[in-house]
Amino acid sequence: MKVPKRRRSFRKKPKHSEEEDQPLRASEKSRRIPRSGRGEAGKMAAVTETGREAAAAVAETAGLAGPQEQERKLERERERSSDFLRGLELVKQGAEARVYRGRFLGRAAVIKERFPKRYRHPTLDSRLSRRRTLQEARALLRCRRAGILAPVVFFVDYTSNCLYLEDIEESLTVRDYIQSIQMTETDPEKLSLLARKIGKVLAQMHDEDVIHGDLTTSNMLLKMPIEQLSLVLIDFGLSFISGLPEDKGVDLYVLEKAFLSTHPNTETLYQDLLKSYSSESKKSGPVLKKLDEVRLRGRKRSMVG
Amino acid sequence: MPTVLGFEGSANKIGVGIVRDGAVLANPRRTYLTPPGTGFLPGDTARHHRACVLDLLHEALTEAGLDPKNIDCIAFTKGPGMGAPLVSVAVVARTVAQLWNKPLVAVNHCVGHIEMGRLITGAISPTVLYVSGGNTQVISYSEHRYRIFGETIDVAVGNCLDRFARVLKISNDPSPGYNIEQMAKRGQKLVELPYTVKGMDVSFSGILSYIEEAAHRMLAANECTPEDLCFSLQETVFAMLVEITERAMAHCGSQEVLIVGGVGCNMRLQEMMGTMCEERGAKLFATDERFCIDNGAMIAQAGWEMFQSGHKTALSDSGVTQRYRTDEVEVTWRN
Ligand SMILES: Nc1ncnc2c1ncn2[C@@H]1O[C@H](COP(=O)(O)OP(=O)(O)O)[C@@H](O)[C@H]1O
Ligand SMILES: [Mg+2]
Repeated sequence: MKVPKRRRSFRKKPKHSEEEDQPLRASEKSRRIPRSGRGEAGKMAAVTETGREAAAAVAETAGLAGPQEQERKLERERERSSDFLRGLELVKQGAEARVYRGRFLGRAAVIKERFPKRYRHPTLDSRLSRRRTLQEARALLRCRRAGILAPVVFFVDYTSNCLYLEDIEESLTVRDYIQSIQMTETDPEKLSLLARKIGKVLAQMHDEDVIHGDLTTSNMLLKMPIEQLSLVLIDFGLSFISGLPEDKGVDLYVLEKAFLSTHPNTETLYQDLLKSYSSESKKSGPVLKKLDEVRLRGRKRSMVG
Repeated sequence: MPTVLGFEGSANKIGVGIVRDGAVLANPRRTYLTPPGTGFLPGDTARHHRACVLDLLHEALTEAGLDPKNIDCIAFTKGPGMGAPLVSVAVVARTVAQLWNKPLVAVNHCVGHIEMGRLITGAISPTVLYVSGGNTQVISYSEHRYRIFGETIDVAVGNCLDRFARVLKISNDPSPGYNIEQMAKRGQKLVELPYTVKGMDVSFSGILSYIEEAAHRMLAANECTPEDLCFSLQETVFAMLVEITERAMAHCGSQEVLIVGGVGCNMRLQEMMGTMCEERGAKLFATDERFCIDNGAMIAQAGWEMFQSGHKTALSDSGVTQRYRTDEVEVTWRN
């Protein structure tokens, strides 16, 4: 993915582009970053992150053109976006999105596309995809501001619900890492260090009132070299902001079940994680109490039928 | 080649099934129906089961053309489910086992659903969506357990549908879910309902309280029809279920889905799941109401697997339990 020079203009400061409505030259078509809501009606807003980091640009279409005209335009933008993505390397079809690999302004990037899910009602689908793209961008920015490792947000395209994110290159999901260690090693200390690291990062995240909403070992990456245990949190589509111990407790409960079912016989490991969470978080007392409550609720639930 | 007879009666259905080496020889069933606006109570349901269990046993043997001497093992539902109905059926299973001098095998109801689904569809190692009146779970097998990856944090999806049906006074015959499905086909407008997915878990209590509060007001104001509500409810809760199934598939790297449990025979749910599978290049397996809905053959089938791998339940261990998680069972019959 190569970006024409003039596009650099919105790297730090949002600017309306003059050529927005001009048709793309054929040679450019496949290489250009699709931008939604171009034209006079197009409005760019950007969130600038610390120092030299790139901006997350938010494109929105204001209502100047007629609704039909606008819908056609959006449709064209979506097609352009999807043509563009099809030319890239598909890394993974994750839990709800397709992740492609490319470059953005010369930097290694992944593009996470929340493509329309045909199984659900279109109204519901666009509502969910849009909301999650927005939530993911917000939470990533918030985490990074708090010094929690997470991918940089380069760009957000709300027309096609695509996030352009920093590529955590040569990384491994925690899930794959634990599985490979379980298969080859008998030394429990190695994984215990990792579990404690996870607990610490989650404590930091919760202290920022970020609820991840989808904590699994697939949604945590480990950067190379693994020994450094730099843990990167990803996949914030179900995240939200809340200071309630209940929400944090449920967040840990979701992780607990995903963790224990994915990695059999890791009960002590998960206890290590919780212990570290509890010592690292300033507000862990009420959260762990809620976690106990939520667990109990699960066990007490009637199971008739 | 053992022949296993299974008794099921953990909720409002009672069934007796006979299975021999993957063949279902008989599978009769009765359902305890209550008037619209009401649910089934444990005492009444147990009374219903007691009244028809012996007829069903006779019917099953006749249909299979078998005598008690041809039966090698008696399986029954240990749980989970409603206490009184579970007991009413377990008593019969124990008695028959002693009268005929056959070994007894106590079966987990959820495992029964999974084994039946695997038998009927031939799915090898699927991600299982188990959806019924009392359970909503996303399950995947590994290392001798059916592990629960996702589930409802509060009420089960079937319970949500049933209670919605009661609010709208929809008939319980043949089942509230079936009638909602038919009405939903005539619905057009999508009413926005709370959509709650937490990782691989779902929550339905928000939808229920919203509907219980808003349904009558919206209907009175002509904002939507009962059919629209059925349609919106299905579109919303099924989207949630398909979504958590897909999350579990991505997480486990699985390319097969099996839907089991009473809600699993809903064609709209199957259609949505099928579309999701297509988009991932995965394969969907589902069964029809004969095997999705609680039945005796599923208990016989799980019992058959257990019996084959050496299980026998001593009389002193044959008590029932209302809560019995799917992942408590050690699956000795799979690698
Ligand atoms: N920033 C990133 N850098 C490198 N790999 C990533 C990045 N984001 C996602 N991935 C890869 O793509 C997979 C799916 O991404 P994720 O954000 O979890 O999407 P989904 O919601 O579909 O699960 C991840 O498990 C990881 O392997
Ligand atoms: Mg993910």
